[in-house]
Order: sequence, then structure tokens, then C-alpha cells
Amino acid sequence: MKYTKTILASAATLFLTPGLALSAELEFFFPVGVNAPAVETIQELTDAWAANNPQHNVKAVYAGNYVETTTKALTAANAGKPPHVAVLLAIDIFTLVDEDVVIPITDVANTAEDQAWLDGFMPGFMRDATLDGEIYGVPFQRSTPVLYYNKDAFREAGLDPDTPPATWDEMIEMGKKLTKKDANGNVTQWGTRIPTLGLGGAWLYGGLVISNGGQLSADNGIDVAIDTPEALGALEFLQKLSAEGVMAPGGISWGDTPKAFVEGNAASIWTSTGNLAFVNDNAEFDWGVGFLPGGKGPGAPVGGGNFYIFKGTSPEEQAAALDFIKFMTAPENAAKWSIATGYVAPRADTWETPVMQEYAARLPQALVARDQIEFANREFATYQRGRVTQFLVEALEAAVGGEADAATALAEAQKSADRVLKAYK
Amino acid sequence: MKRLNFPLSVILLVVPCAVLAAFTHYPAVKSLINSFWSMGTRRRPSQFIGLENYQTLLADGTLHQIIWNSTLYAIVTIPAAIALSIGMALLVNAKLPGTALMRLSFFLPTMMPMIAVANIWLFFYAPGIGLISQIFVLFGLQPINFLGSASTSLWSMMAVAVWKEAGLFMIFYLAALQAVPPNLKEAARIEGAGPIRIFFDIVLPLLKPTTVFVAVNALINSFRLIDHVIVMTKGGPNNSSALLLYYIFEVTFGYRDSAYGSTLTVFMVLLLGLMALIQFKILDRKTHYQ
Amino acid sequence: MKGVNRILLVALAPTLAVAWGVPFIYSVWTAIHPEKYSARFTWNAPITFANFLEAWQAAPFALYFVNTVILTLLILVANLILCTLVAYAFVRYRFQASGLLFALIMIQLLITPDILIVENFNTLAKLGLTDTIIGITLPYLTSAFGIFLLRQTFKTVPISLDEAAQVEGASTWRVLWDVYVPLAKPTYLAYALVSISFHWNNFLWPLIVTNSPETRPVTVGLSIFATVESGVEWALVNAATLMTTAPLVVAFLIFQRQFVTNFMRAGIK
Repeated sequence: MKYTKTILASAATLFLTPGLALSAELEFFFPVGVNAPAVETIQELTDAWAANNPQHNVKAVYAGNYVETTTKALTAANAGKPPHVAVLLAIDIFTLVDEDVVIPITDVANTAEDQAWLDGFMPGFMRDATLDGEIYGVPFQRSTPVLYYNKDAFREAGLDPDTPPATWDEMIEMGKKLTKKDANGNVTQWGTRIPTLGLGGAWLYGGLVISNGGQLSADNGIDVAIDTPEALGALEFLQKLSAEGVMAPGGISWGDTPKAFVEGNAASIWTSTGNLAFVNDNAEFDWGVGFLPGGKGPGAPVGGGNFYIFKGTSPEEQAAALDFIKFMTAPENAAKWSIATGYVAPRADTWETPVMQEYAARLPQALVARDQIEFANREFATYQRGRVTQFLVEALEAAVGGEADAATALAEAQKSADRVLKAYK
Repeated sequence: MKRLNFPLSVILLVVPCAVLAAFTHYPAVKSLINSFWSMGTRRRPSQFIGLENYQTLLADGTLHQIIWNSTLYAIVTIPAAIALSIGMALLVNAKLPGTALMRLSFFLPTMMPMIAVANIWLFFYAPGIGLISQIFVLFGLQPINFLGSASTSLWSMMAVAVWKEAGLFMIFYLAALQAVPPNLKEAARIEGAGPIRIFFDIVLPLLKPTTVFVAVNALINSFRLIDHVIVMTKGGPNNSSALLLYYIFEVTFGYRDSAYGSTLTVFMVLLLGLMALIQFKILDRKTHYQ
Repeated sequence: MKGVNRILLVALAPTLAVAWGVPFIYSVWTAIHPEKYSARFTWNAPITFANFLEAWQAAPFALYFVNTVILTLLILVANLILCTLVAYAFVRYRFQASGLLFALIMIQLLITPDILIVENFNTLAKLGLTDTIIGITLPYLTSAFGIFLLRQTFKTVPISLDEAAQVEGASTWRVLWDVYVPLAKPTYLAYALVSISFHWNNFLWPLIVTNSPETRPVTVGLSIFATVESGVEWALVNAATLMTTAPLVVAFLIFQRQFVTNFMRAGIK
């Protein structure tokens, strides 16, 4: 049934397109589970665009998480029925280009006005939207990790609740004061908690490296710098946190972290701005948000998803897709989206809208994320991202778990990554 | 028996078997063919590379670790689940007070999808805040980072698998126990055998066919069922809890390398075939013996 | 001595039962209390069913249930029909290489479609059947286990019954329908229970095949709901977990006895 419809639709497009050159039936893949609060907003925005452009139509497809959406988009593209536009991970740019399924945005956004629009995005979010000099992605739902800290615990430890740690040394120093033990010597409250396991752990580790003056992967997606002194310093800092008794030993999972924070098990945590709502709803204490404490200065990774326009669709459809993207990233709409979800709005003009200013006054924590973008850099990403990132994840997990020393683990990851990426040089 | 004519054979055999072959034999053969090709993307199409994938496989340190994990997982969970399920069946069969509750408690995990079981245990294991940690702290013990430590993660997965599976096997043993002729036990008792002697000399041998059936099932499941790995650890930390099928899943759908995924599939099919052969030999000998 | 043993057993049994039930009890606790009690155990924590309601509304579980029911029934019906045909052919007819064919079929017992995910996904993609319920069911339509069970059962049908029916002029299909099928009823029932519980709980293959709510079964829907990417509430996840598990658990608690007796009768010992 569904299949028949698609065939009919494509047949209709085939015959009708020449007559109605300016109309397009867009398919928009969006990475979210159905009925999540985000869906309401995205549907509202999508409908608004269709209402503004009665000659066009757009169908939003909610395809689950990022991985599923990417798989779905690639499968569809390989079957000759690509979506016209999709929000996919910024770091999947290499996979999408390698699979040759997306077009440079500037292929359609080629006027001076378009260029001015592209220039309006924060530079911190544009680096990972660009490959080999071509812009492929338009930043949309972007995030960055921040430090969440328990102000009540700070007060109790005799620390200033308005001055979170800014450097690694301060983290250890303050962490010692924040760590509490029971009569048996078991820790009831850890000074801090930085997830170290899995992809979340690798994301945060990338931030540690950036703040230490390094960068794990180059913009070309081929060169990696995992066995550098900056990277080693960052990993040794993670080990030191445990050695000094400030953070729980062994691997720390991403998923439990916000829960550990609201349960009082950790006086401070590193996690995505995406958790602001959860913490706000569940913390029974006074809490604040700060920049990630840095090694040599502030530094953080960016994450999240960009809009991509797919190949294999007509120029009219691509033009309509661009118009759709412009609409979604327009100040009022981006503000609406950012407020509904907690994602960091990637354009300065969005932050100047009255609704956004009102929101920032209400939840000043959101501003911290925006201000941190200035110091942020791209997330670790390469060609064959899944496989190469796993090398980094293994190195981290081995070093944090005490199975390998930091330098050996990182050198191993560097060697493995180079071996895989050799083919792309 | 009649001879099967052609039109009838199409309906009776060809159609059903074609469906079966298309998703069992064909993919097995196709895996073998694809294992001689390289990973392909549109920009760099797949190429014939002969045995290169197999060279990679032999040198793949992750795979070696995973083979060890899978072996350990099988040789621990299968006997553990069998022993526990026999114990459960004996307890339930002993007609003690509270049998209904016991039966329910043992049987419940079996009926839940592994994915649900994994969700429950994920919170149960959470270090510092989960229930096990709280119980440990209550007794003054150091909480264990079950899933976050390479030395405990695989064992934590095993516990989940045994918890889920033992109840099902109990049902089979219960059925077998109820089929043990009471006069046999009675006779032994009259001859002065204690309950332990009766169990080992009379009951256990009678449970043998059930044990074979259960063991084969448990073995297949230990290869097939990786839902809990996906949900709880994603194979980590540092591959310590990764199982073979999980690795195939990760390589194919995470790394997007279906060529190496096919190579690993060939390896797994050969492994299972080898085990089938061994099993066949053992069962064969057993029948001769009887 | 015997008395002591008995007392020990009487004490051991409930202890074991409770210990075994702890993870489940914990899940129930978390599901019926507000989120802030999910890791805090106070006897007077307020009980609430709001988590179930919220979880039910937060994801299209009703749709997921419908998908699971459709996919489970499709497989079951196909299995019952196709396995019957094959088993009938093996028991009643003589043909070349029947032994070899049977051995080839039995391979599926060990090399199950579950482990052939790589190429089976490629096949589906070629057929354009990814993200369809039919796509989920295809690899499971004919089951070697079903064929094996039914062949064992059909073999026990006395040949005289078959011959008598033929003498009366019954066709191939009449003989199958009137003689073999009725006698195999316990086998069908036992097989149905196994098949339903297997496919209701199956996760990996549907996870790979589906990526829209219109096709996702409950297990995949639950895993997506529980993905801990942005601060998931334990209470909600546990409520959803119990909710999605409940129908099958209840059904099997009711049919537990039939489950056992049918298995016995079907000859799986």
C-alpha cells in the first residue's frame, strides 16, 4: 500500500514536473522518536513552511535516533529514492560525502545574499559543516557539553557557589573538598563525574584535548592526532581525577550521569546541554552551569546535527529544500526550536530575538553554552568514523580502566587509525 | 509411501523450501562470496581482494578477544543455567509451601523480552545509585562498577542471561521430573538409598534427554542473543563484553563494512557447523551405547 | 535428618524465590513511584501510576503493539501452513534425495536467520522491503523447527488410517486435513506458543530492518524509548518496560500448564 503510493507519487512527479516547474514535494528525514516533545515543534515549523509556500509540500519522516536516520537515508539513497533534506550528525559528513549522496550547499545557495546568510552562522559550528573547502551542512540542532554543579554542595564544602572550577587544578582542589565519605570509607558524594565510556566519553575527552591546546582530528577527515602530548595530558588528567579520589575509579557511563547528579552522588558532572531540562525537573537543590574547566584555557567540543541536501533530486526540489532550511534557521523559528529542546541556537541573530532574550533571562544556564562556543572546536570525526572512533573509545576505556597506560593506549589508537585512513590519503 | 509428482512437489516442497533457503542457505553462500570483496562506498566501489579479509580476520585483535569472550560466556552460562534450572525444578517439584510464588518468580524473567530484562538490570547495576550498590553499601562493602569495569562486565552479562534463561529450562525439567515413574524412586528408597543417591543414580540419568535438548538450545541462544549487550554495554569497556554476533552487527551496521561483516559471518557459520558436527558425533555415540 | 533437610528446604525455597525476583520487584518499585524515589527506598514513598500514563503517551506504544501482533501472527500462520506441507511431503511421499533435503532444512536449526543479518539485510534492501512488516517476517516464514516437530508427529499417524481414507476416495488434501492435522493438534499448540513468544520478544532483526513507527515492534519501540541519550527518567523506562512486557507474561501465566503438557505430548523431552 505504502509502496504503491510511493510509485504513484514518483510517477506523478515524473509527468507533472515540467508543467509545474516550481512545485516540489519534499521528503524531510528528521532524527527523533515519535511523540517526543521535539516532534510537536518540528511539525509545527514544517507545517508553517508548507503554509507559506502553497506550491510546495513537505513530509517530515521521524526516523528514530541519528544512527537509524542516517541508515534510513543511505538505504533510501542507494535505492534511488533519497530524501530531499535531512538532519543528520555533523560528524557524518565524511560518510555522506564518501557515499556521494549529498551536495555542497553552495551548489544551490550561490547568490551574494545566500553567502551572507551562511556567514551568519557561528564559526564554531561551521568547521564541521565544511569539507575540502565545500560547505555541506547547515547547523541546526547543535549542542555542547557544560559543567553542571550542585551549588548547595559547594556551600556545604565552604566553596563559593558562584565560582565553579575553571581549570583542571581547581577541579581537583575543589573536588577534594566536595568528596564525602561514610563511616565505612565509602564515597557518598564524588567531587566530579566525567563520563569516560563509549561515544559520550570520547566526545568529552575531545573537549579535554581541545582545552589542552590539541585537536584529535583534522578538518580533512584523514589526519588524526591521538598520540600528542596534549591528548596524553588530557587522558592523564582523567586518570588523576580517580587517583586523587575526586572521581569514581574505572569507566563511567554516559547514561547514568545526570541521574547520579540529581541523586547527589556527584557534586558536579560533565554532560550535554541536552540534559538541562532533566536536571531542571529533577534536581532538589540549587544548581548552576559553567564552562568546562580547561587545561590551558577553556575548550569544548561541539556536537549535534546539521541539515544536508541530497543528491539525485531535481534542481527545483533542491531549491525548495534550501528555502525550507532557510526558513527553519530563521531567527524566530530557530529560537522556538532552541527553547523547546535546549539545543544551542547556532546563529547570533537568533539570540537577539525577544523570545530568546526572555528565555535566557529565565534560564541563564543556556547562555553558558552559547558563550562557550567561542572556545569550542569540532568533534572527533574521520572517514570510516564508526571504526576509527572505536579505536579512540578503546584507548580511553583501557587507560581509564587501568588495563593499559595512557601513552601506550593512545599510540595504539593512533596506529590503528592511521592504518584505516591510509587508503584515503 | 507414494511417489511425489511434480506439480504437488511444487506446493509441498519447492515453495516453502525456497523461502527457507532464500534466508538461510543463500545468505550463507552470499556471505562467502562477499567475503572476497572489499568494503565499498559510492566513491570507492568494492573491489575483489581475494583472501585479504581473512588475513584481517586472523590479525584482528578485537576478534580474538571476542572469541575468548564468547567461549567463556558459553561455558559459564550454559552449565550455570542448567544446574540452576534443575535445582529450581526440584524445589518446585518438592511441593513445599509457597511453590506457586516460587514458580512465578523463576518463570517471570523467561517471558520478558531480553531487551526489557536488560533495561531492568541496567538500573539494577548502576554504580553508586543502583539497588545492588545500595545493598553493598548497607553491608559496608565497596560498590562494584559492574558494567564499567573490564573485569566484571562480561560476568554481569552472564548473570543477566542466566537469570532470563534458567526459568525456561526449569519448565522442561519440571515436565521431565513429573514423568519419572514414582515406583522407581520408591523401589530405590526401599533398598535404602538416600535422597542424594536417588537423585544422582535414578533421576539425573532420566533427565538426560532433557539436558541434551536444553543444552543445544542454550548453546544456540548464547550465540544468537545479544540484545542485552546492545542495551547495556555496547560491548565495552574495551570490548570486554562484546560477543561474536554483536561484533558482526557493529562491523556491518556501525562501521558500515558489510564485506568484513560477511567474512565474520562465514567464520561464525563454520564455527557453528563444527559444533554441530561434534554434537552429532556425541549424540551418535550415545545412541550406539543405548 | 530428613526433618532438618525439609526445614532447610522450606527456608531455602522462599529465599531463592525472593532473591530471583529482586530485579523484577525493583523494576516494579521504580515504575510505581515518582522519579525521585527510583533510587531511594523509603517505606512511605507515594505510589503513583502516572509513569505508566506518561510513558504510554510519550511514544506510540499502541501502534507498536499492533505491529508486533501483526508480525507475530503473520509468521505463525505462514509457519503452520508451510511447515505442515513440508512435513507432510516427507512423511507421506517418496522422492529423490529426500534425506539430503531434510538435512539441508535442518541446518536452519543451528544457522538461524538471526545470525545471517548481514546478507539478509542486503536481500531485503534489494527487494525494497526494508522498513516493512513483511520484511521482518520473511526470513522466518518457514521454520526448520516446525518441520521437524510436525514430521515427528505425522510419523506417529498409523498408515492404516491414511490408507482407509484413501480407499474412501479422499484426496491428498482431504487426507492431510482430516487425518494428519487433527492428530497433530497438541504439536500445533506447543509450536504456536514457542513461535509467539520467540517473535514477540525478538529484537535484533526488527531493529535492523525497521526505522519508522509504522513498522516497529514493541521491543524496538521500547529500546528507542529507553535510549539514555538525554537524561532519561528511570521511572518512565521501567513503567514502559513493564507495560510492554505485561501482555505476554499474563498470557503465559495463564497458559503455563498447557505449555508444559503440550511440550510433553509433542515429544520434546
